[in-house]
Amino acid sequence: MLDYGLTEEQQMIRDLARKVSLEKVLPKRAEWDETGEFPWEALKAYAAADLCGLYIPEELGGMGQSEFNFCLATEEISRVCGGVGVTFAASALGSVPILLFGTDEQKKKYMPDIAAGKKLAAFGLTEANAGSDAAGMETTAKKDGDYYILNGTKQWITNGGEAETYSVIAISDKSKGPRGASAFILEKGMPGFTFGKKENKMGIRCSATRELVFQDCKVHKSQLLGKEGAGFIVAMKTLDMTRPGIGAQAVGIAQGALDEALKYARERVQFGKPISSIQAIQHILADMATQVEAARALVYACARMVDAGAKDITLPASQAKLFASDVAMKVTIDAIQVLGGYGYMKEYPVEKMARDAKITQIYEGTNQIQRNQIALSLIKELASSKK
Amino acid sequence: MDIIVCIKQVPDTTEVRINPETNTLIREGVPSIVNPFDENAVEAALQLKEKHGGKVTVITMGPPQAAEALKTTIAMGADEVVLVSDRAFAGSDTWATSYTLSQTIKKLGHYDLILCGKQAIDGDTAQVGPGIAEWLNIPQVTFVSKVEINGATAKVERMLEEVNEIVACPLPAVLTVVKQMNEPRLPSLKGMMRAKKAEVKMMNAAQIEGDPKNLGLNGSPTSVVRIFTPKAKGNGEILTGEPAEIVDKLLGKLKERKTI
Repeated sequence: MLDYGLTEEQQMIRDLARKVSLEKVLPKRAEWDETGEFPWEALKAYAAADLCGLYIPEELGGMGQSEFNFCLATEEISRVCGGVGVTFAASALGSVPILLFGTDEQKKKYMPDIAAGKKLAAFGLTEANAGSDAAGMETTAKKDGDYYILNGTKQWITNGGEAETYSVIAISDKSKGPRGASAFILEKGMPGFTFGKKENKMGIRCSATRELVFQDCKVHKSQLLGKEGAGFIVAMKTLDMTRPGIGAQAVGIAQGALDEALKYARERVQFGKPISSIQAIQHILADMATQVEAARALVYACARMVDAGAKDITLPASQAKLFASDVAMKVTIDAIQVLGGYGYMKEYPVEKMARDAKITQIYEGTNQIQRNQIALSLIKELASSKK
Repeated sequence: MDIIVCIKQVPDTTEVRINPETNTLIREGVPSIVNPFDENAVEAALQLKEKHGGKVTVITMGPPQAAEALKTTIAMGADEVVLVSDRAFAGSDTWATSYTLSQTIKKLGHYDLILCGKQAIDGDTAQVGPGIAEWLNIPQVTFVSKVEINGATAKVERMLEEVNEIVACPLPAVLTVVKQMNEPRLPSLKGMMRAKKAEVKMMNAAQIEGDPKNLGLNGSPTSVVRIFTPKAKGNGEILTGEPAEIVDKLLGKLKERKTI
């Protein structure tokens, strides 16, 4: 691995996230993948290890608000199980809107329990007819005195039903177009707020994916995140912050597949020698390792930019998410190839890793949307430099 | 309640290799860990502290690098750690080791309970815990799988081969614990950071006022003469039938082998 100049604390975070994952997740991951059981057991272990609040400031009960440290933990968790990795990371996705746009009161109310790992958070943006085209959203928030009345359905919400705290985007004024969306904090159990069934997915199967259903759900105006009409800004700024986390998840899944492929190649004997001594296999492994390292370097550099306080991270965040997730897909499929027929069997973990990897190319903005963002950022940069 | 836990740093393998010439363990290249049964003892101490309050002090006798093992227990939640280290302790057998630890405990002041793992995975003697109790002249209960504290008494469950035995014993006492007692907690990030900064209290032979005739190689009445792998026991034969029948069969077999 490249030397990324990790501090002693960062090495501890990485080693601890690995240790907890190996002890608490590894023995269960195949079973959880099969049954879809939600990994509360693992989340409790990460909470006990103080790993749930890495991206949350200390005054809110966290461990120092570091995107980089959060990425390190997400990577190590995903290296063992992508499903547990996304569950861990999605709580950050649900929390970042509150951290970025919440009032002091809102932060103090919601963040300490999330930082301590007592509660999970989730983020509600996607709908059946509003995927890549988020502006096609149909969930409404109609103002009524001191309240907003929410109606509509959010789809495929990670941690849906398991989380206690939800950051939800809804249209508060359709006539204002993109400026007509607002963000709200909702709590599980609010009247008019229910959940759909747990979706049956290709990968990340232990993670919970459910609909959020709002039927005349009455939300007090104190639950508004940022100003009325700031909903899309909340969503976009949040995704800028969390895309490096998806990149880290993808790097972790890819590293896990590389670990398995290397181990297998050294043990598997064909033609009287370990297949790791065959150049055809060596070249696959070499490409896998190089791609994983390049993806890691991009994710780490992006996360460090966030921690350094960079204002506009849309371009690197999209690049990190795009590149790392494409690498995860390629490397996991290559790992199956190295393991051959065994790789295709459920007795070995690499087929699961490939199924887990696929979603990283889709969620938090498909890789096609990432490319749109990247191109748009490039054109904007060029245009502003000519002024 | 004030609890002292005695731990040992051991090589991270049950497959310890032995140097056939010196009959000692080959430690090079093998990473060191806290003896697993001692982690159960630390966990038991932390649980008792969570229930009854007090302080958990972890001690070990060993070379300077054993400080790492002590720091692992701080990351789990131990309050204080003490490393008893001196060249004079080199070559200690279980007699000298238990003496050294008991002298250290005397110097540490008040304690209500002493916990040890039932044995170390390298030497496997299971003698140091009981030895400490003897030197301190306090009760001992071995193979403990459960403990309940009621004032100055401990209600203790012992896990024996065939049965579990419940005994009561006055405190202070030495308990040696089995792995079925609990699942040791993993370290936490805050604990690891505290461990990094934590001070390991050092004590030497002079500070524990150890009698030289009980210290180190010279103070060790036992020595390892030879180490070998015993021959595997053959499959036994179980005789069945009425008692009288079995006795007849048994006598027949013993006569056959000219044992009687």
